[in-house]
Amino acid sequence: MEKTSMKKRIIAIVAALAVFCAGFWFFQRLLTPKYINDIIEGRLIADYYDHAGGNDVIFIGDCECYENISPIKMWEEYGITSYIRGSAQQLIWQSYYLLEETLQYETPKAVVFNVLSMKYNEPQNEAYNRLTLDGMKWSSSKVASIKASMTEEESFLSYVFPLLRYHSRWSELTGEDWEYMFKGKRSFHQGYLMRVDVRPVTSYPSKRPLPDYQFGATAYEYLDKITALCKEKGVELILMKAPSISPVWYDEWEEQMVEYSQKNQLKYINFLDLIDEVGIDFNTDTYDNGLHLNLSGAEKMAVWFGKYLQEECGIADHRGEPETVAKWQEMTDFYHEMEADQYRELEEYGYLKSYGGRPVTEEGK
Amino acid sequence: MEELLEILSDLHPEVDFTDCDTLIDDKILDSFDIISLITEINSEFDVAIPAEEIVPENFNSAQALYALIEKLQDED
Amino acid sequence: MLFTSYEFIAFLCGLFILYYLIPKKFQWILLLVGSAVFYAWAGIRFLAYIGVTTVTTWYAGTRISGIQEAGNAYYDAHKKEMDKEARKAYKADVKKKTRGWFLACLLLNLGILAVVKYTDFVIDNINAIFHGEISFLSFALPMGISFYTFKSMGYLIDVYRGKTKAQSNLAKFALFVSFFPQIIQGPISRYDKLSETLYGEHAFDPVRIRSGLMRIAWGFFKKLVIADRLLAGVKTLSAKPEEYQGAYVVLIILFYAIELYADFTGGIDITIGVGEIFGIKMEENFITPYFSKNINEYWTRWHITMGAWFKDYIFYPLSVSQPMLKLSKWSRDHMGKAVGKRVTVYIANIVVWFATGLWHGAAWNFIVWGMLNCVVTVASYEMEPLYKKFHTALPCTNRGWYDVFQMFRTFWLMGAIRILDVYRNVPTSFKQVGTIFTTGGWGSIFSADVLKLGLTGADYLVVLIGCILMIAVSIVRYRQKDDIRVNFEKRGVVCVSAVILLLVFAVLIFGAYGVGYDATQFIYNQF
Repeated sequence: MEKTSMKKRIIAIVAALAVFCAGFWFFQRLLTPKYINDIIEGRLIADYYDHAGGNDVIFIGDCECYENISPIKMWEEYGITSYIRGSAQQLIWQSYYLLEETLQYETPKAVVFNVLSMKYNEPQNEAYNRLTLDGMKWSSSKVASIKASMTEEESFLSYVFPLLRYHSRWSELTGEDWEYMFKGKRSFHQGYLMRVDVRPVTSYPSKRPLPDYQFGATAYEYLDKITALCKEKGVELILMKAPSISPVWYDEWEEQMVEYSQKNQLKYINFLDLIDEVGIDFNTDTYDNGLHLNLSGAEKMAVWFGKYLQEECGIADHRGEPETVAKWQEMTDFYHEMEADQYRELEEYGYLKSYGGRPVTEEGK
Repeated sequence: MEELLEILSDLHPEVDFTDCDTLIDDKILDSFDIISLITEINSEFDVAIPAEEIVPENFNSAQALYALIEKLQDED
Repeated sequence: MLFTSYEFIAFLCGLFILYYLIPKKFQWILLLVGSAVFYAWAGIRFLAYIGVTTVTTWYAGTRISGIQEAGNAYYDAHKKEMDKEARKAYKADVKKKTRGWFLACLLLNLGILAVVKYTDFVIDNINAIFHGEISFLSFALPMGISFYTFKSMGYLIDVYRGKTKAQSNLAKFALFVSFFPQIIQGPISRYDKLSETLYGEHAFDPVRIRSGLMRIAWGFFKKLVIADRLLAGVKTLSAKPEEYQGAYVVLIILFYAIELYADFTGGIDITIGVGEIFGIKMEENFITPYFSKNINEYWTRWHITMGAWFKDYIFYPLSVSQPMLKLSKWSRDHMGKAVGKRVTVYIANIVVWFATGLWHGAAWNFIVWGMLNCVVTVASYEMEPLYKKFHTALPCTNRGWYDVFQMFRTFWLMGAIRILDVYRNVPTSFKQVGTIFTTGGWGSIFSADVLKLGLTGADYLVVLIGCILMIAVSIVRYRQKDDIRVNFEKRGVVCVSAVILLLVFAVLIFGAYGVGYDATQFIYNQF
């Protein structure tokens, strides 16, 4: 008698907990943003896990990485295998932990880090944190990255259970949330986010003087960590500053990076000085007035960078390996397919309707 | 007892105090009534009901209240 | 630790599991440890304040009880030898011996409360009157000081009156003072009631625990889904009084009535529910207050334990004290029966409402709020005969719809007085209420303009559904004089579990918490 009632009680508790967990999981799936047709950058980080392994070059950094270089073009031209682990406003500690995580999956020959994020010494923005952190698989790197990135308003628990963060989206649910509840969508090319539209540079940003040009201690701490980690794993670290003309890159910052790279015997490429050499034309090679390059610009960058990687770093040509070729051929096909589709949309609607573009009239600038 | 019932009826003519034993529980007497009652009793019976005796058990019925008055008179 | 924080939920889960794992005789000790942790969370230094109150009240209580017991023993033994006069004199003598301890302890603890809470207010007023520049002392207010001080002093008075025997165990007494579910916002429990279950051994009772969980979930629902959501609207409206006048003042009265109710009663639901899962019974602090037909009824249904405290420990003792009885007699003889009957009640009422206002906060708006309550209670007392005549003349006013009208009237009247709590400024509050009659603008509160108050259409929908649920639950409570939970429990475990799960998911999804919503403190936390 006593035993059966005890058994019943346990079954009841387990059943209630099971219903709770199932419901929680369902609502979490439903309410977490899918980033399908809007802010598709939100899917960049999670995209890596399908492409991990076999990359000779890894790019890490913010949008100046994932919008400015085309790994597919680099493959087509030089047979270099590369992947961009980029995300929107990726802060330097996030870059470090992403690199740490990536090195658990593979050991590339070279790592390229974009140095723009040196300008941020503190956690910045909850929404951007989410774009970088939510996509990561759970690991000690993710935990450390969350802890380093959280703004005051955030709680760690809401990273463990995103429902606690996104629950208020119930009033903004769209068909997309139901459709992509249990499936994803392929949108990227080895971490590259393609845009074929053009919006030329009309004016150059003025260099408003800053009170202090010194990069912060935390930023340097993590740059040191990145350097040390690469050294430890025997990976060549290359620092780069992408050719984006906005936000402003100050000369005082440049000096610090030059000095740092010399002190640590690292290669450092500032593409702002190489715009002519790379062949970038800001009338045709940017889709947002010079913040990011479009496909044409990203391919020019890939051509220049690929050559550099081959000649200066000895990155191998894999076009003789049937297995690699097959894998990359499939990706190349998808790449050109999307390229064609983007041109079609541009023709049809005047803007990239399903690739995060905005009708021209909607934008003030 | 008669005097007490008179005081009570003065407060609430519509209530039959002879057999109601939920004067407090049913909120027939409120705190203002209770104080009026105590001052009346004080002048009529010359008995001072102390604050600690103001509990529902003592005020729920006329009988209980009368018993309290008698007890206090006895103690005096 | 706010009730609506992840820490509190984790703390509660941990405590709950431990509570039923350890030997039952240690359960109360665990609660004491838990209360200490809960209190220390707000700042270790605050433990000193509550510690002083605990130790002094405990010590004074045991001394008073000791004197009383010795006195009673002597009295019983020598009763026969004493005549009536001697008996009386002996009793008075014992009382006198206890009085020293009683007054010393009472004054010390009320003194601490007064200094910590009201010094800056007094300084501010002195500065204003004499154009002085005395700087503020800016004491940090220890968490729940008004609540635990009142609880302790209630105990002290009960012991002094001989109604309650003192608690000889300091640790047990410390648990009574610091019991964590009620430290932030009450209820202000009485020692004799709470001690019945507080120190007992409690077996794991699934029915009671489910019931407690249901109440906790409902509390979170009211607080997070309704109150915190509506808070944005209250803030917008109160931040710009010059902009939101006339009809908007009616809107803010309504919003604040809903928000305060949902927030405060939600908090109490959590408190009582937490008590229930630990097997500890606490008294209700709210019984469908918005269904009150007049202000006196309202104050027996709203924040009941506070009203009862003021009534039992200030209103009654003051109005039946010797000087007051003498005053009453004198007025009766010199100014007639009508005056004699009223004078004590009026004086006691003014004192109580002044104290109640001050208790709510060290600011003029609270004092004026208290005095307005005083005026209305007196007015309604004076108008009672008039109402009676009215009902006799028009028998139709004894029907149900007239009750509803009275409830409606009381709701808006109390809401209008409460406006002082919204604007926190006396002239503004009066001016704003005045604009209801001069400015108007009724069209705008029924137009899309209400979407500019920090609340979206979806927010309004959620609040509306929440209000319907609260009203439904209240109607059940009002009609059957018992909780709606009883109805669910009758249907069995599956029904209760379903209700709990539904509430939990409603809170998780529709709650106003996390990024984008301010983590709001309980409105009553500051008191």
